Amino acid sequence: MDNIDILIQAPIFNVQLLLDGVLIGALFALAAYGMALVWGVMNIINIVQGEFVILGGFVAWSLFQVGVPPLFGIPAAAIALFILGYLLYKLVIFRLVDRDLFISLLATFGMSILLQQLMNEVFGADVQTVDTQLQSWFIFEGMVSVPQIKLLAFVLTLVIAVCLVVFMRKSRMGQAIRATAQNARAARILGIDTDKVYATTYGINAAVCGAAGALVVMSLTIHPFQGLAYTIRSFTIVVVAGLGNIAGVVASAFGLGVAEQYAGFVLGAEYQLAFVYLLLVVILMYRSFMLGRQRKYLK
Amino acid sequence: MSGIMSKKSGLEIGGFIAILIAAVVAPFLFPGLQTQLTMLWVMILIALTWDVVGGQMGYNSFGNVIFFGLGMYTTAVVQVGLFFDVGTYTDAQGAAGFALTTGQYFSGLALGLLISALIGVVFAVVIGTGLLGLRGHYFAIGTLGLGIAFGEIFAGWDWVGAGSGMVPPLFPSGIGLQPKVFYYFMMVLLTAVTFFSLRRLYAGRFGLAINAIRDDEDKAEAMGLRTTRYKTIAWAISALFLAIGGGLAGNVLGFIDPRDSAFAGATFGVWMVLMAILGGKGLLWGPVVGAIVFHVTQELFWTYLLGWQRVALGLLIVIIVVFFPLGILGWLRERKPELFGYRVEDEEAASEGNAS
Repeated sequence: MDNIDILIQAPIFNVQLLLDGVLIGALFALAAYGMALVWGVMNIINIVQGEFVILGGFVAWSLFQVGVPPLFGIPAAAIALFILGYLLYKLVIFRLVDRDLFISLLATFGMSILLQQLMNEVFGADVQTVDTQLQSWFIFEGMVSVPQIKLLAFVLTLVIAVCLVVFMRKSRMGQAIRATAQNARAARILGIDTDKVYATTYGINAAVCGAAGALVVMSLTIHPFQGLAYTIRSFTIVVVAGLGNIAGVVASAFGLGVAEQYAGFVLGAEYQLAFVYLLLVVILMYRSFMLGRQRKYLK
Repeated sequence: MSGIMSKKSGLEIGGFIAILIAAVVAPFLFPGLQTQLTMLWVMILIALTWDVVGGQMGYNSFGNVIFFGLGMYTTAVVQVGLFFDVGTYTDAQGAAGFALTTGQYFSGLALGLLISALIGVVFAVVIGTGLLGLRGHYFAIGTLGLGIAFGEIFAGWDWVGAGSGMVPPLFPSGIGLQPKVFYYFMMVLLTAVTFFSLRRLYAGRFGLAINAIRDDEDKAEAMGLRTTRYKTIAWAISALFLAIGGGLAGNVLGFIDPRDSAFAGATFGVWMVLMAILGGKGLLWGPVVGAIVFHVTQELFWTYLLGWQRVALGLLIVIIVVFFPLGILGWLRERKPELFGYRVEDEEAASEGNAS
């Protein structure tokens, strides 16, 4: 509880935690948006989400190792992950559409273990990061540090998010995806190739996660077995925000980021992830109690 | 009708006796495989207990493993804590100076298992009141979060050894009893008790109630079934046997890895779900068959695919779930329903039924 005292004695630390939380939360928002997309369109809860993020990070990291500037790693990771997502859809995911949700949960969980272990074999089990050589700004007489890379990642996240929204609103494929999400059967009758829409949706989801991963490897660190944490974060954000609500996704992602920073500071870094998982349980329990009072169920 | 029944139960009793003889003889026949055989019974136990909630009640839980982990840690902490300070014990990483006498060891073990069972049930009821209100995939993901959180908490808790795990006390030597054989028969006994308790429970009102919850919870509730009560009981029964099993398994393994007690990566948490599905969830024998097939496959992976066995395991999960969701017995039931006591609806069967 000493750390709470620090927070009260030196309010400036709050500014630091809030800032870090928001900057990191933006990264979570990208993966969460992808999860909401796949969930809304295909009715599949994608546990592989986190592995896509980590894999995107490893793509950017590998390119950096051979001398490619880190910023080029972002589109490269996105493209590589789009191809992977498309292939995964063609191999496995299309068999999960319209099936029992538990089947898709467990199958994607199996895929996540598979990808984890493959990354472990290929890239090794070390914690990796990309050093972008960017400095930090110090504000409030040096009390609060603002790492330029995190700020850059934040801005790039916003750019990617805006591109996504514009794509979903304006492009032909975006319209087809939205139509399929509303009513797949009607969309099929009207001549939309829903299989292609699903494949593209899954590919876009993977690509967004890949881009997020490239930003993660620059501003934080990655490790082959970290993926599940990003999946749970995405799920928490989507449960709080609701499907198809990008403003809600962004807001709850910031909230999660801030909550996580505070938990890490107050409870100690070793319990930071445990806090994220327990937060999900608490949120779900709270919602189930609230709905139970109204005799409704989460479905 | 009665003739068929008695023939069937005669076959069943014969089968049980055959399995019993095989179970008793096996550790002496294959002394090199004693640990693997014990783990086989652990696998059968965890698959059976997962199936209470996951298969029979249709609540697909990813979190049952927390009771297994709780049992592991509670038993070890009680075994050690009765006679030593747990903190210093874990600091020393099970080094010398912490040897227990025979009496201390067995009384500690008995008390540890008892307290594990108690804590498991209490914890299940507490957690269940919150989580069992959730449906479908929200329940699955909620329990998944809980399962991983557990591993993280134990991995951060210095008192029980944090990330480097905990070592249960050493089995006393020189009493003419081999630890492997002792734990093998303890595990066989526990699994048998679990199996027959579940068999009895499924045959009665409890089984009907949880199957009704699986088929249509809203209707079951509308018919006046206290669904919340039955759900909590099922969850607690699962926790009871799992916690005791965990306590024994921790001693069998001789080392408690916090990751083993949680649902993260390829550990007991995902195995128990996978085995029940592989064998056929919602069928009494399904988890048993699934556990045997899975355990043998896994041991073969360890032997022949060393280094890649976890990759192969991930692949196996996808293949089983996507292409084989009914499981071995579920598939067999579709093909030959008469083997499972279902009446085949055709002329011959109907007339035969009238005649007898």
